[in-house]
Amino acid sequence: MRVQLYGTCLIDTFFPETGEATVRLLRHFGVDVAYPKGQTCCGKPADSGGYTHASKKAARHFLSLFEANGDPIVIPSGSCASMVKNHYPHLFEDEQPVKRKAESVGARVYELSQFLVHVLKVHEAGLKGSGKITYHASCQLTRELGVREEPLLLLESLEGAELVHLPHADRCCGFGGTFMAKLPEVSMAMADEKAETILSTGADTVTGCDHGCLMNIADAMRRQGAGVKVKHLAVVLAEGIR
Amino acid sequence: MNSAHMSIPFRENSVKALGNATLRAAMKNATGVFTVKRADAVSSVPLEEWREEASQTRLKVLENLPHYVDEFESNARRAGASVHRAAGSQEARETVSSILRDRGIAKVVKSKSMVSEEIHLNSHLEQNGIAVVETDLGEYIIQIAGEHPSHIIVPAIHKDRRQVGALFAEKLACKYTDDPTVLTAIAKQVLRQEFVSARAGISGANFAVADSGTIVLFTNEGNGRMCTSLPELHIAVLSIEKMVPTLADLPKFIRLLPRSATGQLITSYMSLITGTRRPGESTGAKELHIVLLDNGRSTIVNGEYREMLKCIRCGACLNACPVYRMVGGHAYGSTYPGPMGIVLTTLLEGMNRAHPLLDATTLCGACGEVCPVKVPLPQLLRRLREQRAEEGFTPRAEQAGMSGFGLVSRNPTVFRLGQTVARAFWPIAAALNPGAAIKRLPVPAGRTFQRRMS
Repeated sequence: MRVQLYGTCLIDTFFPETGEATVRLLRHFGVDVAYPKGQTCCGKPADSGGYTHASKKAARHFLSLFEANGDPIVIPSGSCASMVKNHYPHLFEDEQPVKRKAESVGARVYELSQFLVHVLKVHEAGLKGSGKITYHASCQLTRELGVREEPLLLLESLEGAELVHLPHADRCCGFGGTFMAKLPEVSMAMADEKAETILSTGADTVTGCDHGCLMNIADAMRRQGAGVKVKHLAVVLAEGIR
Repeated sequence: MNSAHMSIPFRENSVKALGNATLRAAMKNATGVFTVKRADAVSSVPLEEWREEASQTRLKVLENLPHYVDEFESNARRAGASVHRAAGSQEARETVSSILRDRGIAKVVKSKSMVSEEIHLNSHLEQNGIAVVETDLGEYIIQIAGEHPSHIIVPAIHKDRRQVGALFAEKLACKYTDDPTVLTAIAKQVLRQEFVSARAGISGANFAVADSGTIVLFTNEGNGRMCTSLPELHIAVLSIEKMVPTLADLPKFIRLLPRSATGQLITSYMSLITGTRRPGESTGAKELHIVLLDNGRSTIVNGEYREMLKCIRCGACLNACPVYRMVGGHAYGSTYPGPMGIVLTTLLEGMNRAHPLLDATTLCGACGEVCPVKVPLPQLLRRLREQRAEEGFTPRAEQAGMSGFGLVSRNPTVFRLGQTVARAFWPIAAALNPGAAIKRLPVPAGRTFQRRMS
């Protein structure tokens, strides 16, 4: 099986280890990973801000990179995956050919945990894990893609790790793209509350499927001087195949 | 609230609210309780079917709103009511005050109404020498505190019982207590006197039934029924989109509104008022005036934001909003706070005044998920942000930055160059911007994922 991997701009720029973990994981389960060259940002930050002219440029570029063949497109981020799948088609309401292209590309998009569970059945593979792990359910992943159970199935399956429930797991952490810059005080208050809730679970690691949120949560953890590790789900899972 | 030409300083307001520990604790507690109760109340019902039915009924009304308003008006008249159309807030306020003035009425009891807040009715009546007594307990608390509601159904949500105790002790000259039961009894005693002596009652309406001319009130304290049935004169002020086609449509909302609002399976008191007191009846107003407020809705209903008018004012989106629960309703500086409030305020009061509110969302989608009539709030919020950018209400630097973003995102060479530049200048940028968002982000990696993959 072959997939096309979209690395996302956050992973590309800030968290290359997460990208590498994703590749390692996919290859471990026999997937041939193609990484189309020339990747940039999916356009989400501009789109959420209302700058459609800018997000359309990003969308056109993404579509040109990923329309080449019919392979599944794996994206290790709920918000980027939802941008492509749910938002791209709406950007081109007045350009029907592009809209159709966006829909056909979108139909091939999988958020990483979706692909791992539904296609590769990684939750049945008995990967190794360790420590007490809790899970933050990011907004677009949960409410736009409807991915609620998949990350939990994967984490529950880790032999040697304990998954602990995070109260209000799907409550926004306060990242919100440009929100964190526009209303930093509210954003930090939200992140602080998220961090406190995470600490209350007694977990030593918090994981999730979006580096935007994880970055924001890690920052709140630093502010609070807490030693909880913040890791993308791909990293947590890839540790089990070393 | 009255400086119509100035934009709402949401960020400043939010910082002030975040510094108020009592407010934050009260907000977290109350929104948490309502969220849990709502979830319980909808857990064992076919919620999606109910939402879809309710949404379709609301859409049906909005697609033909003038027809339903006309139908309501003629049926209400037939039942004995006088119906007044008000294009804007001022016309609505003056209609109410002139009815009262013509009859020499100097005091009214009032049931909770957000539309009356929207038209700033209380201050107008008071300026005209007419005393107003709010009779919903939360509204009464807010009124004697000299504040405005901070939630559309729980007006005093931002206050805790100690604050209410201190307020009552000061304003009502009673002994301090923070026992909610005692405080309620104190308010009840005061309000009973007002109900008995008032010659007029003012209410809003949760719904208006077009084919019978009935106005429908949901309350939990019975005060709405007292306001509308004890005094001889009843004035109902409602906005035109509250229509439902027939009485048979009402159950779709009877089951959804209280569940969404407070997690109750049904409201404690539901009043259906059709016209005036009839021969042989012992209660009910002898004179009923219905003021139908437009205030821009006839325009909104024909535009791309039509679905906002499906809203039935349950407040579920406020309770679910992670921003609202942090800062409370007053930070929004408008009649309607929270997600529905951001959209409605922008539509009613204009982009010039409301544009900062559009920052007050992370587009997390929680509001859209709980809305009982499927108002696509996240989509409307995003579309309004788009309109805001198009109309030039965002900072110039942001506009330039986003245009730059568009160019960079379609050019991989420039994108990679940008990554390198960011990596090189990150520490300097972080040092130059103490407290800025950049300090909260990690330092870019030495070798990007792209380079590692090539």
